[in-house]
Amino acid sequence: MPREFVISGLRLFWSTAIMNEGFSEAPQRLVEDKKDTILSMTNETTKMSVKVWRGDKSSGSYQTFEVPRQENQTVLDVVTWIQQTQDPNLSYRFACRVGMCGSCAMMVNGAPRWTCRTHVNKVLDGDTLEVAPLRNLPVIKDLVADMDPFFDKWVDAGGHHAPSASRYDDMPKISSDEPERAEANKSIECINCAVCYAACDTVAQNPDYLGPAALQRAWTLLNDKKVDDHDAVLEKVSGKGGCHNCHSQGSCTLYCPNGLDPMRAIAGLKSATIKRALKRGG
Amino acid sequence: MDLRLYIAQRVSAMVMIPLVFAHLGVMIYAIQGGVSAGEILSRTQGSVFWFLFYGVFVVSVSVHGAIGLRTILSETFRFRSLTLDAIMWTFGLVSIFMGARAVSAVTWL
Repeated sequence: MPREFVISGLRLFWSTAIMNEGFSEAPQRLVEDKKDTILSMTNETTKMSVKVWRGDKSSGSYQTFEVPRQENQTVLDVVTWIQQTQDPNLSYRFACRVGMCGSCAMMVNGAPRWTCRTHVNKVLDGDTLEVAPLRNLPVIKDLVADMDPFFDKWVDAGGHHAPSASRYDDMPKISSDEPERAEANKSIECINCAVCYAACDTVAQNPDYLGPAALQRAWTLLNDKKVDDHDAVLEKVSGKGGCHNCHSQGSCTLYCPNGLDPMRAIAGLKSATIKRALKRGG
Repeated sequence: MDLRLYIAQRVSAMVMIPLVFAHLGVMIYAIQGGVSAGEILSRTQGSVFWFLFYGVFVVSVSVHGAIGLRTILSETFRFRSLTLDAIMWTFGLVSIFMGARAVSAVTWL
């Protein structure tokens, strides 16, 4: 039951992001907001060459657009300009535009990034930009990746709350100074944008691997006093696709736009699982 | 890779660290001024210490190498678990057998 509940919750959240796919479905207010930016971008004379992935899960190729350069311009601005002035059929995903929702992540010049928080100035290679859907996930259409495998693994790693007390019990008192709480606090800012998942070479080579975000979530649960069954958390990350597949290459930590350190969290899980196995005698 | 393989690979690595340094150190020390096969055998044959030293070394290398090979084959060729396990055990056991032959040849009288 919790699994279905979590998945439906995640899907509900993402459905709000998916609503922005396609010009005809874009909210009117958003179009008004963007009008000034788009007009000023159209008036610019300096241009850049933007290669955008077009296609679906079976096939696709890059399509090149000439896009006006602006002094202040994010990659999401560029994609929006293409969809609103060049090709309304271009599909992409975004919601908040301020780095809070995690829905606009794409591959920009080969690296996973939040497009809303990535200035063109920082990533432009000569005068070209290459935008593609997130790596390591199936493509639905154009720049929209299918997030299901990512969220399924998040749940598989125990990424849901398993209540340990009833409404009649007192709330546990947890001080923010406690070492476990301090450890959990380092990871709770994850917004599930899947940038770490796209950056991970182990995920690319091993489809069973749960990935950095899911394992980091398990690490926060392990450090959470409100979670009773820590053994169950460790059991879930010790299987075939578990934390022991991590090669500690560190791409997750390098690319996390929130500055989190999933590699360290996974190292913590490895250590905790070994201690548990030694206590049990193998 | 599951937890048991992970532990086996890490433990074998920890065992190998001092053995590798001792192996290299003794080689560099013993070869000063030249050394012949006869001189080496005169030191190693009948030595329980060198039998145990290289015996443990061979077992650690076999365990470590076989699990590492399994991971490389899994991630590069995506073989199924059964195939991976068969290759891992075959490689590990052949390594132990060949290593044991070499150790016995230089340490037994």
